[in-house]
Amino acid sequence: MAHLEFEKPIVELEERIRELKVYGIRDRGMGGEISKLEERVVELQAEIYGGLTIWQKVQLSRHPDRPYFLDYVERIFDDVVELHGDRAYADDAAIVAGFATFEGRSVAVIGHQKGRTTKEKVRRNFGMAHPEGYRKAMRVMELAGRFGRPVLTFIDTPGAYPGIGAEERGQSEAIGASIALMSGLRSPILATVIGEGGSGGALALGVANRVLMLEFATYSVITPEGCASILWRDGALAPKAAEQLKLLAPDALRLGVVDGVIDEPRGGAHREPDEAAAALKDAIRRELTELERMSPDELIADRYAKFRAIGVTEG
Amino acid sequence: MALFGKTKADVDAADKKTLGRGVFRKCDVCGVTLRAEDFTANHEVCPECGHHYRLSGEAWAELLLDPGSFEERDLGILSRDPLEFTDSKRYPDRLVASRKKTGLEDAMMVGEGTMAGRPVQLGAFLFRFMGGSMGSVVGEKITRMFERGTEKKQPVILLSASGGARMQEGILSLMQMAKTVAALRRLREEANQPFISVLLNPTTGGVAASFALLGDVNIAEPQALIGFAGPRVIENTIRQKLPAGFQRSEFLLEHGMVDIIAERSAMRPTISRILSHLLG
Ligand SMILES: [Zn+2]
Repeated sequence: MAHLEFEKPIVELEERIRELKVYGIRDRGMGGEISKLEERVVELQAEIYGGLTIWQKVQLSRHPDRPYFLDYVERIFDDVVELHGDRAYADDAAIVAGFATFEGRSVAVIGHQKGRTTKEKVRRNFGMAHPEGYRKAMRVMELAGRFGRPVLTFIDTPGAYPGIGAEERGQSEAIGASIALMSGLRSPILATVIGEGGSGGALALGVANRVLMLEFATYSVITPEGCASILWRDGALAPKAAEQLKLLAPDALRLGVVDGVIDEPRGGAHREPDEAAAALKDAIRRELTELERMSPDELIADRYAKFRAIGVTEG
Repeated sequence: MALFGKTKADVDAADKKTLGRGVFRKCDVCGVTLRAEDFTANHEVCPECGHHYRLSGEAWAELLLDPGSFEERDLGILSRDPLEFTDSKRYPDRLVASRKKTGLEDAMMVGEGTMAGRPVQLGAFLFRFMGGSMGSVVGEKITRMFERGTEKKQPVILLSASGGARMQEGILSLMQMAKTVAALRRLREEANQPFISVLLNPTTGGVAASFALLGDVNIAEPQALIGFAGPRVIENTIRQKLPAGFQRSEFLLEHGMVDIIAERSAMRPTISRILSHLLG
């Protein structure tokens, strides 16, 4: 278990209570102590979780224990078949794609995947895909489109990888092409931002009929660090940049960029991953049931109208 | 996905101080001093070393289209400040200052005209306005241009020169990528018209990662910086110096990302010939 600075008082107190319960189980005198501490935890939670700053919420979106794409897949889908490779260059482990069963129907599931251990983090490139990752995603989406299978995408990336190989192999083209493919796909698309929705690398999986966001996910044109280093030449001012960028779920909802926000367990999805997955599953069921009523032409028109309307201008 | 460092030579030619009484101009790249009109007559390309300086939207329309045929469309669409964004300046103040400095409404010019008699839709990023960054106004104008091309069944030519998405409009800027690309898809699927993407210096970030590399034919000017991530961001990520010529037009040609590198003087005939091959 890792925890963020502001979580410390709660986590430590909870630890203490657990210990008391284990060692003091037969000691009736401990009962009063424990319930006093439990009251205190409730107070602390209300105080800390009730008053999270924007930057603390950004930190929650990147929490080291936050459930990742495959943590949700395991809890929500059955009969998962992963498909590998872009048929041109490589298999990019920063994006996982395949087919699975959701309550009796076959769907394509595609998402950014971060690693948990150091070794896996490197293998997954911290969820930052190369062009071949997007091209793999496109291959699976196209296949889903041909067979009328709904596409469910799960967004969790700091951004597309900025590197030499990525540029050589056409990072820009890959992202653009994925956006184009999604805008014309003949099956329902539902996208959910589950963690970090980092710029073009996120949008490459985000052109959907319905876009949802978990409560503590972010969706932004640039990372707060990147924004701060451009504006003030100092990445350490990221918290200040985060306040300007309006990157939290309620902001995206207000700006018409997402269609719904899924509440997370108090303190964030990492505190109760099963509960978080259940809420996500409910949301998927609800949205999918609606989208399945639309014809392919209606789906394409619906997607066009959705993104056509985004933006604020006058005159 | 935003503005990247400019080299000295990237500074807009229009902002240049001319020497003497506005008669002479010095090339920042090769150092030659020539009459200012020699640059103008050569479409802002240095007659000595061939460096391509920036051309205004009107000058591009004049260079590419039949004389007097260009009519600008979708004027009077202005940015607002949905994020209430403030860095060193409030965004609305920044917009006002940019309008005053450039005489432009925002960073995009769209319109229609004819090229060798053929009706076409033409758009050009105006880099002078906030680095050609794409916010709601730029996205809206490009979308309308693609929609007009779809409706009228006309090819679309778009000249990109942009640092990417406009940070000050946050997530709304990002979504312009989806909006414009969806409109481009319709041009292809519903009207079966070609999209000629012309890549100028620089084309990076969210503009590169949306329509700019999706041309049916991609044409770049020589030496243009074209890429997803800016060189500074890449250097900071990989902690090494980038090779010479990285992300320049010639590098993209070599890696199969652009079809043709065309000097400015060859741009019109190049596009015109492609359109003739495709449309007769
Ligand atoms: Zn020169």
